[in-house]
Parts: sequence; structure tokens; C-alpha cells
Amino acid sequence: MKHTEFLRIGGGAGFSDDRIPPAVELAELGDIDYLVFECLAERTIAREQQTKLQNPSKGYTPRLQERMAAVLPACVAKHIRIVTNMGAANPESAANETRKLAKELGLGDVSCAVVTGDDVTELVRAHPELEIMENGLPVESLLPQMIASNAYLGADVIVKALETDAQIIITGRVADPSLFLAPMMHEFEWSYDDLERIAAGTVCGHLLECGAQVSGGNFADPGKKVVDRLSELGNPFADVAANGSFSISKVAGSGGLVSLATVKEQLLYELHDPSQYITPDCVLDVTDLELIQLAKDRVQVLSARGKPRTPSYKVTVGYDDGYIGEGQISYAGPNALERAKWGAQIVQDRLKQRGFSYSEFRIDYIGMSSLHGLPENKVEPYEVRLRLVVRTPSKTAAQAVGFECRALHLNGPTGAGGGIDPLVKPVLAVQSVLIPRHWIDSKIQVRRMG
Amino acid sequence: MIRLHDIAHSRAGDKGNTSNISVIAYDQEGWEIIQQHLSVEVVSEAFAHITNGPVFRYELPKLQALNFVIEGALGGGVTRSLAQDPHGKALSSLMLSIQLDI
Repeated sequence: MKHTEFLRIGGGAGFSDDRIPPAVELAELGDIDYLVFECLAERTIAREQQTKLQNPSKGYTPRLQERMAAVLPACVAKHIRIVTNMGAANPESAANETRKLAKELGLGDVSCAVVTGDDVTELVRAHPELEIMENGLPVESLLPQMIASNAYLGADVIVKALETDAQIIITGRVADPSLFLAPMMHEFEWSYDDLERIAAGTVCGHLLECGAQVSGGNFADPGKKVVDRLSELGNPFADVAANGSFSISKVAGSGGLVSLATVKEQLLYELHDPSQYITPDCVLDVTDLELIQLAKDRVQVLSARGKPRTPSYKVTVGYDDGYIGEGQISYAGPNALERAKWGAQIVQDRLKQRGFSYSEFRIDYIGMSSLHGLPENKVEPYEVRLRLVVRTPSKTAAQAVGFECRALHLNGPTGAGGGIDPLVKPVLAVQSVLIPRHWIDSKIQVRRMG
Repeated sequence: MIRLHDIAHSRAGDKGNTSNISVIAYDQEGWEIIQQHLSVEVVSEAFAHITNGPVFRYELPKLQALNFVIEGALGGGVTRSLAQDPHGKALSSLMLSIQLDI
């Protein structure tokens, strides 16, 4: 049965490795109707495409089972529907695993609906003329190294999945706010013509999509912005009315804070022009937004505006971008910085002697310059950790940096300690292109299982 | 001189090689100060050793907030940056360390 006036939606996770207990708390104590998990970072889906190539039954978010096992008992008992992009490159397998898990937990036959059609790898390969949004160049140059391309789908296809009445909706790449907007469109029967409501639902999704970042996480500043009990931080939920007005809150008794300040910070998070935030569902304008602190830990959000959705989907193109190699070692006490600087020079000389060269070479003095760069007049710290990082197409050249950095223990300036084993990681980078919606709309599919 | 940290708070977000950094005033007085004095020029100078990319500034008077969009600040992009903090999460505190000459 559809709710007609009122809906409560919980934000279960803000990234794939987010804490799990706050979502269980929402399910058990939050009196929520929907629990939404956003677990798919920009490049994760391309990485999972690689996993799927090696093992066709994998390619979903690795923590799927752990997260589902924690929340399924309460969600099944309380008829809470789950919406998530944990399907990544393989929503079907994610649904199979979830259904298997539910049976193992004695929860019976739990129905899932999966959304597919976001994989546009072959389409991008067939259109080398597509323009890369970041630099204006044709995508052709990336094609030889392309691993996968996925389009950010919108809420409409999730609504179709919800219409199957399956309890759990599992998608691959969809826009993060769309995961939250879809239950509102479904339950309140909003259409894309209801621009103010679509805009409100999109803002609501944007506020919830990063989990506790709206309820006190990534916010506290001792003595300045006080937040209690961050170790027991509660994840947020939204109470949404059919007219699109909503408030953000959290489970009573949980740690954290929902205030005008926490909501403002999350509202502007990853937003560029606040009058034109493009999602697959609308072009959002938050410049007239009104925020009201209704009660402790409850903020009402009013007056979102929007323009109709654009005729394009944004696509992330994931590609192999060589290797990053890294080494670290520490110096302390008198002359620490001078010794660290000399160590960096010695490693560079050694790498040159061995015939290696690098397209990028970064030197950080941790404790001094690794996060904010190196402006002048910086106070010299007592301890300095030297960090040397390179980019190169060669794995051997990447490994050499960490090797030479560690060798400073015996071969460099006095008193070098705590060198790490050489780090090497393959780089999976992403760029973006736009494609017309009609190229893929007919290929987007929903399938119910169970 | 007023340090931004005393009158405003901030969060940094990432998209590709671009960092967006909000600056939100604690009160009306703080809002008037940042609205008048926290210009594109001031922010560009504070980030000049990180990027020469253009800086865009957006005002949200109802929220008493500014949003700065700083291109080229993330070492080539989150997914390929060599930086220790590829998302630039810590850049919000670089913003708050700005001293306004008023």
C-alpha cells in the first residue's frame, strides 16, 4: 500500500566502507519506510567491471553481504524497502547474493529488482568524437586504455523498479540523489512536471547521500563546533511530505548533531554553481532555500527550485592511467627538515642513475606541507615524514621509488626511521562525457527476482 | 586582521580536478565581513601555491554562505592525484586560515 502523505527515508551509508551499525539503528529504531545505501564512488564501478571480467559472479560492492546481513533482519521484519547502488558492475549477482543471504538468515524469499543498462562502454567506443568534459578533447585518446564507461541514470528507472513491488532495489551507476528521489516519486506519484517537488526531492537526496556528513560527521572542530559522541554518530533520515517539504533528523539518543550549520555544509558539499546543479532528474537551484531549526536535531528545508532535466546523461569513462609508486621515511629533532630534503634529493639522484624518469614526481614533508602545500614562512616542525610519490606507465619504475626511499635507512643522512615497504598501485582514473538520453533509454531494463 | 576561522566554517568537496569550498558565516556580522572582503582575489592568493586555475565565487545570502569553486586544485583529479589527500578534504582548513585585512 502506498503512503500518500508522508514518508521517512534513511541514509544508510555515505560510501562503500562507511560504518554499518548506524544503518542497523535506523532500521531498528528509526521507524523508516525506506533505507537507502549510496556506496559507489566515481571510479569504483570501473574497478568492479575488471573484477567481473575475472569472475563473472562478482563485480558488486565487496561489502554487500556484510552490510545486507546486518540490516536485513530488521528490514524484513518491519517491511522497510532498501534502495542501493551496491550492484556496481553486476546488479544481478548482487541480487542473487542478497536473496541467498536472506534464506541463510532464515528470512525467507526476499524479492529484489535490478536495474541494468548503465554500462555504455561499447557505445563510447563507437563514438570517439565525444568530447571530454574536463578538457574539451575527443574521448578517442582514452579509448585504448578504457576499462569501462557508465552513465549516471536518474530516478525514473528506479521508480520502475519500485513498481515491481520488490522489497530491495539494486542498481549500478545512478546519480546519488536519484536513489532517494525515486521512493518519493513512487509513493507520492510525482512526475517530472512537478518541478518544485522534483527539486525538493533532489535536495533531500543530496543532503542524505553522504550519510552522517549531515548529522555531525566531518563537521566538529574542538572548542568551535561542538558535536557529542562521534563514536556513536547517528545517520540521518528525512521526513518528506507529499507536497515536497521535508525535514532532516536522526534517531533520538544517537550521537551527532543536525543543525542549520551541519545542513548548510552538506548542502554546499560538491556543489558548484548553486543555481545550476545538474542531475539526471532536474537542474537544481538552491539559492532561495530556507532552513528552519524546528527542534533539537531537526531542520526543515523549504523553497528548492528546479528547471527541467537536460537531454543528456553524464558518463564516467574509467581508464588505465599507469602506476603510482610511493615511499615514506621519517626524520626528527635538530636539522630534521634539512635531512629530509637531502634524502629526497638522494632518491631522485639514484633514480636518475638507474635510468628511470617520471611524468610526475611529488615530494611531501608530512607535518609541514603534505595537505596544504608549502607556502612561505612555514614553521619548521619537530618531526618530518618524507613522502615521495611518482606517476609512471612502468611498474618497475614505480617500485624503484619506494625501494630507494627505504634504502635511506642505511645509505642516507643520519637518523632516518620508519621507512615503509615500497607501495605500488595501478591507477584507474576517470573522465566524463555527455551522451544523448535516447542513445540508451531503450536499453535500460528492470528485472524482478523472487 | 580577522582570521576566517573565527567567523565562519567550511567544508571542501571534490569533482575531478576541481575543489569546491564553502564558507559559511556563524552570524550576520560574520556574513557582512565575508560578503564584503572574501573576494576571488583573496582566495586566489591563498591558493596560488596549489593552483593557478580560475576561482569562481557564488553568494548564497539566505544561507549567509559563499561557495568557492577552485579549478586545478586536486593534483590532476581525485582518481589520479599523487597527493596524500587527493580529495582535498583538508583544503577547507586552508581556506579558514585566511586572514582578512579589515
